[in-house]
This record gives sequence, C-alpha cells and structure tokens, in this order.
Amino acid sequence: MTVGLVHYLLLSGVLFSIGLYGVLAKRNVVVILMCVEIMLNATNVALVALSRYVVPALLTGQIFAVFVILVAAAEVAVGIAIVFAIYRKRQSVNINDFDLMKW
Amino acid sequence: MFDIIFWLLALTAVVAALGVLVMRDVFRAALSMILLFLVVAGIYVTLYADFLAVVQVLIYVGAISILIVVAVMLTQDVWRGSPPGKFRFTAFLVALAFLVVLGWGIVGTNWLMSDELPKQPTVAGIGAGLFGEGGYVLAVEIAGVLLVAAIIGAIALMREK
Repeated sequence: MTVGLVHYLLLSGVLFSIGLYGVLAKRNVVVILMCVEIMLNATNVALVALSRYVVPALLTGQIFAVFVILVAAAEVAVGIAIVFAIYRKRQSVNINDFDLMKW
Repeated sequence: MFDIIFWLLALTAVVAALGVLVMRDVFRAALSMILLFLVVAGIYVTLYADFLAVVQVLIYVGAISILIVVAVMLTQDVWRGSPPGKFRFTAFLVALAFLVVLGWGIVGTNWLMSDELPKQPTVAGIGAGLFGEGGYVLAVEIAGVLLVAAIIGAIALMREK
C-alpha cells in the first residue's frame, strides 16, 4: 500500500496524542510547554498533508500552517515569560505549585 | 523510495516525541524535541511544502527551541527530571481514547483526493494567498498586532519589579 493522505493524518494523530498525554500527565511546566509544541506540530503536519492531497493548487493548508507557526511563536514567548514570573515567586517549576489563581 | 523515506521520517518522529516523554533529564527531552522539529521539516519536504520546511527550521529549530533550552537551563537547579503526576493513568486513557476516535475517523472517511500536481515552488503561491486579491491580508495584520502584544506582554512579565 503506497503512502497517502491517511498515513500522514495517522502520523499527525499519533504525535498529537503523545503531546496530549504529556500535557495532561507531566508535572514540569517546561516539559508541558514542549508537549504543547509537539501538538502544534502535529496539527501542522495534518494541515500540510490535507493541502497537498486535497487542494494541491490552492495551498490553503500551508497558509494556515504559517499562521499556526506564528501563534506558536507568540504562545511560547508569553508562556515562558509566565513560567519565569511564577518561578521567581515560588522557586518551583512543579505545576502543582502554580496555584495562584486557585480560590 | 518515497515510501521508505516516509516510514523512516514517521518512525523517527514518533520515537523523538516519545523521547520527550521518557527522557528523565529535561535537557535531553529538549534535544529530543529539536530532533522532532527537524524531522517534521523533512516531512514537509515530502509533502512539497518547501517554504514551510525552511520556516520550520528557522522558527522552530532556530527560535522556539532556543527559548525552551534557555527555560530548561534557568530552572534546572530546582528540579532535574520530569516525573509524571498522579493523573498519569487517566491521562493515558484520555490520550488513547482520543487517538482511537481520531484514527477511526481518519480511516473511515472517504477523502476527496485531487489528481492535480502540487505547485512546486510554493513561495509565490503562499505570498499571493497571504497578500494577494481575496487573500488573508486581514489575518496578516491581526498577526502583527498579536506578535506586538505577545512581545510587550513577555517583556512586562519578565521585568524586575
């Protein structure tokens, strides 16, 4: 069976699930940020694969992927700034200590 | 030949993504994540997305991984390693259920494939899509505002009081 759209989408799903498990299960905030990046990369693979196989002449999926990469860059900058701000206050990167908004 | 390249890239990607979860040392997890970013750039090449492959290497491998490595190095003294929390089993079940539902949907759908050949240099097409007639100019402008807001927010958060 030759490699086609379904293979790329399944690869994207596997990567997304790995990232989802990491986000839900890990306790180190930096590792959680890495797992978010894995999930964003997985969605990008799906977008580019759909662009390649469903609308090859329009490139819509690739344009969307550009926006996803842009939002990911903004997200990681703000996310790491938040991690540092809380780290300075609590001296910890454990997600269980990040309870400043808990009532 | 194409199939072999795809399977090699896919296997490396999944192993690198699992490495982020498995590695005890956070710095090694970051290196594994950088390998994943590079492999994803290779996957873009197999999908005829040359511009995106370059953007992936520049932004993810160049910028985002530097930020994450800096975060790892500045917080490494308090906690080496990344043990999973107490919701590990629930998280595994959620991720597995998500994967099963997603895979079921992907395999079960009758995708409408196109027989057209993909555009080969994609830069002109993406540029026209972003800035051309009927393109995404408004989204590009909003993206600029978003980036400025993110930079100002990050600086405001990092500044010493």
